[in-house]
Amino acid sequence: MIDISIQIIDREGNTHKVIAPTDMNMNLMEVCKSYGFPIEGICGGMALCASCQVYVNSEIHLASPNEEEEAMLSEAFHVQENSRLGCQMHMNSSFEGLVVTLAPE
Amino acid sequence: MIKTDVLIIGAGPVGLFAVFEAGLSKLKCHLIDAIPLAGGQLSEIYPKKPIYDIPGFPSVLAGDLVNNLLEQAAPFSPGFTLGERADTIEKQEDGSFIVTTDHGTQHQAAVIFIAGGLGSFEPRRPLIDNLSQYEKKGVYYMVKEPAHFLDQDLIISGGGDSALDWAVYFAGKNKKTTTLVHRSDKFRAHKDSLDKVYALKKEGKLTLITHGEVKALHGNETLQNVSVAVSGAQTQVLTAQIWLPLFGLSPKLGPIDNWGLEIEKNAIVVNTKDYSTNIPGIYAIGDVNTYDGKLKLILCGFHEATLAVQSAYTIVNPQKKFNMKYTTVQGIQGFENTSKIPELV
Repeated sequence: MIDISIQIIDREGNTHKVIAPTDMNMNLMEVCKSYGFPIEGICGGMALCASCQVYVNSEIHLASPNEEEEAMLSEAFHVQENSRLGCQMHMNSSFEGLVVTLAPE
Repeated sequence: MIKTDVLIIGAGPVGLFAVFEAGLSKLKCHLIDAIPLAGGQLSEIYPKKPIYDIPGFPSVLAGDLVNNLLEQAAPFSPGFTLGERADTIEKQEDGSFIVTTDHGTQHQAAVIFIAGGLGSFEPRRPLIDNLSQYEKKGVYYMVKEPAHFLDQDLIISGGGDSALDWAVYFAGKNKKTTTLVHRSDKFRAHKDSLDKVYALKKEGKLTLITHGEVKALHGNETLQNVSVAVSGAQTQVLTAQIWLPLFGLSPKLGPIDNWGLEIEKNAIVVNTKDYSTNIPGIYAIGDVNTYDGKLKLILCGFHEATLAVQSAYTIVNPQKKFNMKYTTVQGIQGFENTSKIPELV
């Protein structure tokens, strides 16, 4: 089992250090939900609702969004340059040290 | 006043299957849903997505599953109040309930099934300062009666199926301008719709503005113009009496929260014996409920609907004993008067 450590900044600005497994086929939306963060994940992870939008604050290598993620982000609100959908970020060892902020609801 | 045996709040897959199960026991159902079509999130969020965990269907498109459930429920002639949100509930002296929608439509039933999924879908409202000033005075989030918007200068925003489908619909009929504004050149909508948009653009029936965003609304009593910021270009001011921002809907538990039900983490606590709530006569089935071991799966909702019907039967028919019958033995004996089933858009 390979766990990584990431930081999640909630909507009140508080930073939470959490441990996330990389071998359980989880995405960031699911990790956030499992820790009880108020992320809805309405569509269940299909890049169809943007309720799991996060801002990526750390310099890590992330694959560019695919067309579906890009299309959804182009309809979401509060979108910034570093916006991504948590459900499309599949936990892997390269995310060690990742810092994300939950976008407003 | 609409009267029925079981009033189902939420016309998603679980609510629709409850109509069938109730019908087998001769209980008549009526459904209320905040969106103008049946199917809940299957219709609203992912109609073209395949689902792989419906027993007996190795793969089924969400929209097809909804159509099949409507067909399965059809013999039992369910009534529908669509595009209205269930707002208030009042218990009557005879034990029945009266549920009133935000449009004032009243429904009376001995039993209530809340099959509300994640809640009632509310439009996602764009972040524009004076937006509320023009809501229902030029700005609309849903198209219930398209004729109301025809032959006016019309702007539609969004890149999903709903935005593109309506853009195609209006561009083909509108005698004035129809413009689709989207913030990128990537669309979430189905490719067929996108092809139609490009074709209408070529014919000069539709103006397509990509990398654009409606930033400001202008008018007096009603909407007259909108400012569209286009990346790398000057802001355009377009004439528009109607703006339809179709950025999808997001579910809110909404008024049900105030019905006196025991709520835990945005879901209604139920007894797994029959999925009854803390209020006798009100049941909660599908994604809207919670209990130890709950899984938000359609197939679990179907099971919950079946057990809730069994319990509801004894409330509607206090003198009778519930008697389960196999459909293989009995077949389907539908109700005589057939009501119109809404078609999936």
